[in-house]
Amino acid sequence: MPRPFTPKVITANALLEGDVVYFTQADGWTRHLADAELIDDEAHAQLRLLDAERQQNQVVGVYLADVSAGQDGPQPTHFREEFRRTGPSNYFHGKQAEVA
Amino acid sequence: MYSYSEFDSAFLAARNDQFRRQVQRRIDGSLTEEEFRPLRLMNGLYLQLHAYMLRVAIPYGTLSGGQMRQLAFIADKWDKGYGHFTTRQNIQYNWPKLPDVPDMLDSLAEVNMHAIQTSGNTIRNVTADHFAGAAADEIADPRPVAELIRQWSTDHPEFQFLPRKFKVAVTGSETDRAVTRAHDIGLRMVRRDGAAGFEVIVGGGLGRTPVIGKVINDFLPQQDLLPYLESIVSVYNLLGRRDNKYKARIKITVNENGLETYRDLVEKRFAEIRPQFKGIDQQMLAAIEAQFASPAFRTASLDGYQTAYDADPVFRSWADTNLAAHKAEGYAIVTVSLKAHGQTPGDASSDQMRVLADLAEIYGHNELRISHEQNVILPHIHKSDLPALHAALKSAGLATANIGLISDIIACPGMDYCALATARAIPVAQQIAERFDALKLEHEVGPLKIKISGCINACGHHHVGHIGILGLDRAGVENYQITLGGDGSEDTVIGERAGPGFAYDEIVDAIERIIRAYLEQRDSPEETFLMAYRRLGSAPFKAALYPEAARKNAA
Repeated sequence: MPRPFTPKVITANALLEGDVVYFTQADGWTRHLADAELIDDEAHAQLRLLDAERQQNQVVGVYLADVSAGQDGPQPTHFREEFRRTGPSNYFHGKQAEVA
Repeated sequence: MYSYSEFDSAFLAARNDQFRRQVQRRIDGSLTEEEFRPLRLMNGLYLQLHAYMLRVAIPYGTLSGGQMRQLAFIADKWDKGYGHFTTRQNIQYNWPKLPDVPDMLDSLAEVNMHAIQTSGNTIRNVTADHFAGAAADEIADPRPVAELIRQWSTDHPEFQFLPRKFKVAVTGSETDRAVTRAHDIGLRMVRRDGAAGFEVIVGGGLGRTPVIGKVINDFLPQQDLLPYLESIVSVYNLLGRRDNKYKARIKITVNENGLETYRDLVEKRFAEIRPQFKGIDQQMLAAIEAQFASPAFRTASLDGYQTAYDADPVFRSWADTNLAAHKAEGYAIVTVSLKAHGQTPGDASSDQMRVLADLAEIYGHNELRISHEQNVILPHIHKSDLPALHAALKSAGLATANIGLISDIIACPGMDYCALATARAIPVAQQIAERFDALKLEHEVGPLKIKISGCINACGHHHVGHIGILGLDRAGVENYQITLGGDGSEDTVIGERAGPGFAYDEIVDAIERIIRAYLEQRDSPEETFLMAYRRLGSAPFKAALYPEAARKNAA
């Protein structure tokens, strides 16, 4: 039995700034996980990954990250993604400082 | 200190210009990321978790005041006003933006600095004893040799695509402060019948498979150094495994082929290339040595120092902990702690960098060092200047008296910054330091090295920590494994894993249990943690770590 597909978002780092971005339904990139496209179908995920990877002039290191569907949009299920959307824990830098 | 020749400056300017155009081509879309990545890595530019990271080499850990001031300027202008000093005598900027990096590199070039070969499968920044040129126990200053190796290895055409990264460390003292046995090549300066030479150690390394380096040559005459190094790396370049990243380091090559075979191949290669080295390298070394002449040490009364030492307990505590013996009478080596309790190990703000630059210029013959233990050294301070120096450090938050103690922790950036990390390291270090500061136990515990890595690559040297901590991802949760009894000195020992790991919110308590067990069981305050561990073995510490298992075994 193949493993059941878990919801995903597409994420990467911005080419110029290097910060974390998420792929949106409108084929753009957002700094807010809440605005990312939540993908819950495996075939669709693969197609969307190809769409995202085509935007090499904007982003680096595109991949699918596990999330769960929450009331405020997609939520990270792994601590690495939680840190990516927040910033480092030793200083108030990164997303936590910019998005606030 | 070494100052760039016209050739060096022209080479670096050309290289920086080349990289500027490569960045432009990446931004305008002419280069794909796949094409650009090796180019940016060759110039020290990584893409990490939240941002790019620029790793700048501080060759053999030596900086002038002017260079330190420029590092502060770069931190303010293009980063977030601080820098992170690493276990390989580099400084890392955690927040640069891609279009700014060429300007940062030009700015570094203004003070004879660069980021070349701080990444990639090349010979990396050559590290050295951070007390070089100052230590009382030194045979000779290892930095001229380290500079010669830097020049030889920079852009060496044969060694730009090695099977894997390659790290060289040099020490000029019996006491090994450069962890030479944990490097791909470690060089220990020795003298035989009055002649200068090296004990050459190969195939050491930490990481996934920790290996203590082996002596491939117990006395290499100084004039044979470059051809011999070239032979070692050349053999590795051909023999090293490129099929498996985890088996690609020279430690595996040496282990799989055997030291004898490896030595034979090196000797064969050496016989071929030795005649090509006609002595120019030795002429260059002599010219470099002249630039590392000792400063003009002065003599002055030590009365003021003694008065302050007797009168001021804070100064006394700092002097007892942070000073080391200097070769010149009346002088001391000052280690400035970048480990204030609760702060990030190895971080310095731009303001602190400027204070350090000023103090080096005023009191320290314009020299600074960065240690692999992530502290800053003022190597040449006359003791009469120590009270004033201490006061200045204190007002900059740089007078923490904890060198070699439990809060003088090495920690890699871990998952707060690093894309490879499997768990955080920095907050664990912060919390351990704060815990023992709050308990007021630090000085009672005495000499103890805790080293923390946020993944198996072991940038935090956890294998050679008296207590090592390795952060892992266990089924989506941060988990910390403890190793005990490691030692990064000349008697290098790889620590032994204590048992199952601990959760993020359990690890500080676990460390406290180890320390309490040590305090209960030590013979006397003179018996350090490591001595006690060697006498008692791991059992009492494991019992303290895993009380339930101990109870079960007893039942």
